[in-house]
Amino acid sequence: MTDNSTPLSSRHVIDRLGIVIFALAVAGLFCPFVLFRANRIVAGEARYALDALPGWPGYFLLAAVGTGAVLALLRLDSRLRLAVSFAALAILAVGLGWAVDSVTPAGDKISRTAPALGFWLELLAFGLLAADSVVRLGLKPLSRIALLIAVSVAIATILLSGIWSDLSVLREYANRADVFWREAATHIALALGSLVAAALVGLPLGIAIHPTKRLRAVVTGLLSAVQTIPSIALFGLLIAPLAWLAATVPAAAAIGIAGIGAAPAMLALFLYSLMPVVSNTLAGLDAVPPAANVAARGMGMTDAERLLQVQLPLAFPSILAAIRIVLVQNIGLATVAALIGGGGFGVFVFQGVGQTAMDLVLLGAVPTVALAFASAVILDAAVELVSVKGRT
Amino acid sequence: MIEIEHLSKFFDETCVVDDVSMTIPGGALAVIVGTSGSGKTTLLRMINRLVEPSSGRILIDGKDISAIPPHELRRQIGYAIQGHGLFPHRTVGQNIATVPHLLGWDAAKVSARVEELLDLFQLDAAEFRDRYPSQLSGGQQQRVGVARALAAAPKLLLMDEPFGALDPIIRARAQEDLRQIQQRLGTTIVLVTHDMNEAIHLGDRIAVMDRAKLLQYDTPQEIVIRPATEFVGELLGSGERPFRLLSLQPLRPYIEPGEAPGAALDVDASLRDALEEALWSGRAAVPVRDGAGKTLGRVTLATAIRQAARPQ
Repeated sequence: MTDNSTPLSSRHVIDRLGIVIFALAVAGLFCPFVLFRANRIVAGEARYALDALPGWPGYFLLAAVGTGAVLALLRLDSRLRLAVSFAALAILAVGLGWAVDSVTPAGDKISRTAPALGFWLELLAFGLLAADSVVRLGLKPLSRIALLIAVSVAIATILLSGIWSDLSVLREYANRADVFWREAATHIALALGSLVAAALVGLPLGIAIHPTKRLRAVVTGLLSAVQTIPSIALFGLLIAPLAWLAATVPAAAAIGIAGIGAAPAMLALFLYSLMPVVSNTLAGLDAVPPAANVAARGMGMTDAERLLQVQLPLAFPSILAAIRIVLVQNIGLATVAALIGGGGFGVFVFQGVGQTAMDLVLLGAVPTVALAFASAVILDAAVELVSVKGRT
Repeated sequence: MIEIEHLSKFFDETCVVDDVSMTIPGGALAVIVGTSGSGKTTLLRMINRLVEPSSGRILIDGKDISAIPPHELRRQIGYAIQGHGLFPHRTVGQNIATVPHLLGWDAAKVSARVEELLDLFQLDAAEFRDRYPSQLSGGQQQRVGVARALAAAPKLLLMDEPFGALDPIIRARAQEDLRQIQQRLGTTIVLVTHDMNEAIHLGDRIAVMDRAKLLQYDTPQEIVIRPATEFVGELLGSGERPFRLLSLQPLRPYIEPGEAPGAALDVDASLRDALEEALWSGRAAVPVRDGAGKTLGRVTLATAIRQAARPQ
């Protein structure tokens, strides 16, 4: 008798990743749920879920998380697992809000209550379950975008409902709401602006050097050398030449070029972006079938017609993949721009590090991660959409 | 009519095409045959200026092609290549419409032409027009490739090993289709191949090339009966020659009155078919019938054997 004929053996019932999720979730139950501090600076006091949520809500939260952990352990339909993870995350989100609310003394604006290890472990466990279920469902690109929108709407609803308004991160936000949105705009402008510039320069550059072997070697060599410079070093290296430029060319200073600020940040991000754009343009053009190129020429397409009608459409998925890499990379890297006065979410991260205020670090880090994640989902879907055509 | 006059091509120091002169009459199907590296593809590519000659010239219908801008010249000449070269991101319909679009035809005319061509190549327009090349079989891809080459109704069609990637059965069918389509449209065709069988089967004229030189340019009969050099003879395969000669002779002139037992041959078959049939079935003669099934007479084994001998 083989294992296959015993449908009830543990191998068939237990999900392997589920063991990890179960372990994380159960461990989370034995860790503090929130951390209360009387003010921003003092050491915090840990509060367990049952302390923070007196009465039935605490027991309900523990029961819900426990049930979710057991269900994660079982081999169930992926849609069901996804539903379990979303339900658990929703209960955790509301539970966190209530816990913070009940821990914070009424009318107190100085104290800070943040999620503690227990909450983070549960978030990790059920986030993992959600991600795993989505992958296993093998959703179509448009469904993935729809799911992303649904999750974003859910998060926005929680934020706008005020349920989390006493959460430490959001108290930091409330204190600097106008600065937050200004830095958000700067961050996006840095990431997108450098991407657009890199695409505008990198695409023609890739097309131009594609036919010449030696030129390709020189340009890609140079660009990969730039990639190896650590980001902080590159930001720093650009200060001197740009300061000199601003000092000697008045017109440069007039359009905002300076040794520190947004200009060197933009330039550094642009330089980092060039390599992926150029190399993927080259790879995309290389992947055009030689017979299609010969046929295009043989049928009387001019070089421009061949480029626009045959080569670029066939290279497009590869180029779009570069845009995805660059955008996600730049959203992360733009954080460092704050170091040289370039602004962006990095401002909160570095202020937070300086003041050992983790909440402030989170105020900068969480939106950065969310932005990068959303861009990755959207552009991955776009790459898949344009690649599917003609290859079924 | 295509006149090739003292055409040579050097790549760096290497001579790829060496002083080739030949004339291809309008409406003919000329096959350039040779081993790889013989210069046959370079010769073909000079006709649509994908390769520029080092010296010599080509006239099409009396006009020197060096005076016509390359892309305009190419839009007047069909071009089909091995491995079809279809654009993977465009549908069958869009692929076929490539040259008409470049020429600026209006949408209705293009659409009608695409339908007409799919019909000509026995592909159902409703079914195939919106498919992508990757959704077709090898034989269908090849047919779409030739249909695309013929889209703007060129008077001249250049084909570079068009059937090279096909398996033998599909290749035979594609060759048959090409002959029929050529007879119907009267297109002048220049086809490059390394396969002497294909050359004899398809060509009105065969040009044999070896190491950049044109060794012989003649009718298939002359090539088989009187190969100009030893190399041409080798290319034909010495053991195959009587059968190649028979395959070039239709049955009709050799039909004699009389009865013969067994299955009948179609009148469009060759003497080679008659020989094979008689030998294989152990008959001294084979009946011949016309397309309607009416018996016309018989062809004897003795006639076939007599005709297989080299004419003196």
